[in-house]
Amino acid sequence: MKKGIEVSIAASEAAKLARVEAIAAYPITPQTHIVEHLSDIVANGELDAVYVTVESEHSAMSACIGTSAAGARTFTSTSAQGLELMHEILFIASALRLPIVMAVANRALSAPLSIWNDHSDVMAARDCGWIQLFCENGQEVVDTIIMAFRIAEDHRVLLPVMVNLDGFQLSHVVEPIDFPDQKDVDKFLPDYKPLYTLHPDRPLTMGAYATPELYTEAKFAQEQAIINSLPVIKEILSEYSKKFKRKYNILETYNFEKSDTVFIAMGSVNENIMTAIDTLKKDKKSCGLVKVRLFRPFPDAELAALLEKKKNVIVIDRAMPAGGMNGPVYNEVAALLRRYNIKANLFNYIVGLGGRDVLPEDFISVYDEVVKAKKGKSKEKTNYKVIGVRA
Amino acid sequence: MPKPMEEYKWHELRIGCVIEEVGSAREYKTGGWRSMKPVWDESRCIKCGLCWLYCPDAAIYQKEDGFFTADLDYCKGCGICAHECWPKAIKMVEDEK
Repeated sequence: MKKGIEVSIAASEAAKLARVEAIAAYPITPQTHIVEHLSDIVANGELDAVYVTVESEHSAMSACIGTSAAGARTFTSTSAQGLELMHEILFIASALRLPIVMAVANRALSAPLSIWNDHSDVMAARDCGWIQLFCENGQEVVDTIIMAFRIAEDHRVLLPVMVNLDGFQLSHVVEPIDFPDQKDVDKFLPDYKPLYTLHPDRPLTMGAYATPELYTEAKFAQEQAIINSLPVIKEILSEYSKKFKRKYNILETYNFEKSDTVFIAMGSVNENIMTAIDTLKKDKKSCGLVKVRLFRPFPDAELAALLEKKKNVIVIDRAMPAGGMNGPVYNEVAALLRRYNIKANLFNYIVGLGGRDVLPEDFISVYDEVVKAKKGKSKEKTNYKVIGVRA
Repeated sequence: MPKPMEEYKWHELRIGCVIEEVGSAREYKTGGWRSMKPVWDESRCIKCGLCWLYCPDAAIYQKEDGFFTADLDYCKGCGICAHECWPKAIKMVEDEK
């Protein structure tokens, strides 16, 4: 049965369904309702977990490393500056192979101070060795948090997972959400069985140092772990889809097969792109969409198989390149076109910074511009455009 | 460590580089970092043990006769012992090994 609920509250209810045992978090807009609700349900006895209140996100992630290393199923959540304050600790969580799950309510980075949504926070933390999943709506947030624990704790993976949900656009909307039954979640997600734990009776060392003779091998091993997590993620998503009758994949397509021109995007913006595609259809224009749900590890072979025969590929980024050639998602796609020798025209649009509204009409204009450009008129295809910037 | 570090292949490392052997840091002989080493003038030493107390690497030990000396497998030659030794019984000298 579906229940109308704010997505933030639903996210914490999902953590409860996952029977998290430890939470360490520091409140920050727009993640606040997630951790407030968790704090409530721990305090009132609904959720049997340790809730560590800390003085900063740096400490929140440090405490999470401690509880996870001690063998507890650990959850946290943050946004924007909070994620960046955790930054150095994020790398330690992944290198120690600790299956922490973190919901990131994506928000623009200051300055200028903005509490609104874009992807500049997670994109600045994209290379920290965490698995990164993106959600399009509230239902996906709930299901993805449950799946994230299964993925993280699988002994073939053992890596932390970030579940990204757009701040406000997702975190603060009320949606009808279908919560899975506790007993079904219990079956899908058994107790966490850590490979190693910190325990006074069984001393061992986590986080030792490595000399130049070992560091390369250590990082190579970690890289293999995240690369090899991809088939496991696919397997777990497909198992969840079967058990809970909602279809999940690392990449999802919309109006794809017969379209020569396709968008690639992540997060809630996909819903507006789908609306744009439906409007275009009425004008007999065919446009497709690939929703990237898994950004790390980047599913290059799977995406290449989809893009092989496409004429125009439009990559939507929600963060500035900061002096780089293009937006971060574009860079991945450009690299894969080269690796798989795909000849598609590639376009990059940066949209929705700091909460700027992006409407279906914007994507219709982008489509029209791109289709025109393919006739050889545009010189823009190697650069990016920022939609809606006043010049 | 059952074999020297430079012989480990990436897939032989434990997940997360966990070390299950307790106290394995002992096997890493940090004395190789040293360029200076402490030498004791036992005619000035009053066996107060400040050098032993201050050594950050616990590389100084007391001999049976009560005087102190450094375990050169681990002494990094930092010179803190010589600095703290108020009777000036410790001198740092070039380690010519």
